Amino acid sequence: MKRMINIALPKGRLGEKAYALFARAGYDCPELLEENRKLTFENESAGVRYFWVKPSDVAIYVERGAADIGVAGKDILLEYAPDVYELLDLGIGKCRMCVAGPKDFSDSHTGILRVATKFPAIARRYYAAQSREIDVIRLNGSIELAPILGLSDVIVDIVETGKTLAENGLGVLEEIEPISARLIANKAHYKFKGEEIETLRKMLERAVNA
Amino acid sequence: MKPETLTTQERIVFELRELYLGCGYRPYKVGKFEEYDLYMRNKKFLASEQVLTFSDTNGKLKALKPDVTLSIIKNAKDDGRSQKLCYTETVYRVPRNAYGFREILQTGLECIGRVDDYAAGEVLMLAARSLERICERYVLDVSDVGVLSGVLAEEPIGDADCARLLSLVGEKNLHGLSAACAEMGVSQLTSERLTKLVSACGPLQETLDRVELLDLPQTSREALAGLRRMSDMLTAYGIGNVNLDFSVVNDMDYYNGLVFRGFVEGIPAGILAGGRYDNLLLRMGKHGEAIGFAVYLDQLERLASAKPAYQTEALVLYDDQTDPLEIVRATEELCARGVSFRVQREEEPCPTCREIVRLTKEANI
Repeated sequence: MKRMINIALPKGRLGEKAYALFARAGYDCPELLEENRKLTFENESAGVRYFWVKPSDVAIYVERGAADIGVAGKDILLEYAPDVYELLDLGIGKCRMCVAGPKDFSDSHTGILRVATKFPAIARRYYAAQSREIDVIRLNGSIELAPILGLSDVIVDIVETGKTLAENGLGVLEEIEPISARLIANKAHYKFKGEEIETLRKMLERAVNA
Repeated sequence: MKPETLTTQERIVFELRELYLGCGYRPYKVGKFEEYDLYMRNKKFLASEQVLTFSDTNGKLKALKPDVTLSIIKNAKDDGRSQKLCYTETVYRVPRNAYGFREILQTGLECIGRVDDYAAGEVLMLAARSLERICERYVLDVSDVGVLSGVLAEEPIGDADCARLLSLVGEKNLHGLSAACAEMGVSQLTSERLTKLVSACGPLQETLDRVELLDLPQTSREALAGLRRMSDMLTAYGIGNVNLDFSVVNDMDYYNGLVFRGFVEGIPAGILAGGRYDNLLLRMGKHGEAIGFAVYLDQLERLASAKPAYQTEALVLYDDQTDPLEIVRATEELCARGVSFRVQREEEPCPTCREIVRLTKEANI
């Protein structure tokens, strides 16, 4: 009997792009894009059940087994380090995790560096590797505002085009890691639905490379 | 004893103890507290580095034990004789990506002293049978860290890079692995070997057949030969459901050979972990070899167990007019029939039951 694969997709533009890849790979489910109040969407013949979740929650749904697989940004995976398999780079939602700040900023290493970010674990890890003491200022949005108003010296954030930074007199100072959407899988569920998940991964890989 | 008397967790603890004792493993009890220093010196061996500490009456810093193996090794006799020990203990730690400490019941076994092929195979067999007792649908993933370390030893890379590559192997992250290899200047041959090993995952015997055909360094081949001997023993024991999976990676500072992890259907995380940890013994100043595993029992309540049809088999109802001796006679009769019962006043809310024994005035009219 074919076992259904439960797939957590991130709400928003990234999720829609990811779904387009799944559809091209033969795992379509047209009602997913319809306007309705349903929470889960199923294509029994393709053996998939989708649901939309907040992008930062995808990894939790997968790690805890509510979803077998999911699509999560590498930024989320680096920040939360969930215990999951990372099976494929989907090549969408490409951006960079960067240190940004005033274009003329130069770290004098004379005091504690104040870093505003939505990604405290990534920031801590990055600066710990350089033995640099930092003061992490955890923000939930409008990170670019922090160095402009003097709340922080620099920010650690994802940068797509750099346009917002440039318009505010800021620029990329260092690149930490390239980011894109990844296909992740629950480790335990992979043991019992491995065949189905591997077939899906291969089909997706073909769709990504097409 | 009726099956419903035990919770799933209690039943499994009981069955696993019976299994381990049946193979000559001696029960071993460790104290609830341990000197914090033991964990400080072996932080990376712990599943979580956070430890619950307190000051003892003599001012010494103590910890509620987050792990059992370290305590067993610390107290193990270093006289060259083999010891086979099993335990059921509560540990205190912060599970991965959870908030706050949890009390976790774990059971497991350790074989310390001389670990030859038979002893290692027996431990693997007991790991597989432990999983089987928990759930018929189980998978035991096995690997040998020697296969990967043999491949990595061919490259002049430092410990940090080595750990990063192993972490990517653990994620089955093939795209990350080839990117990291390129970034570190690792040779194409090693990069391809790592990719092939991570991709080769499946039933132990068949997958070994395929992996043995790969072009691998001598040390990796020796580790594969060890896995082949384990595979033969498991076949002789009649055990299936064992996969070869090189993504099972444990810290090489502590583990040096066979490593394994167990999963059962219905629980979204591994519930059994173990391996060969001669390096830990060495770090703790002991001689010899060691292998063991732990089964984490805290998640077992997630396994669906058949719910009883009734909350109690018989309900004995009484009121102010009922003679207590009459209740005693009725309950003794139920006892003699092996029927479980609950005695309560008539006006109280009734649980679901199969039969009602009414001893009220109304019933006697």
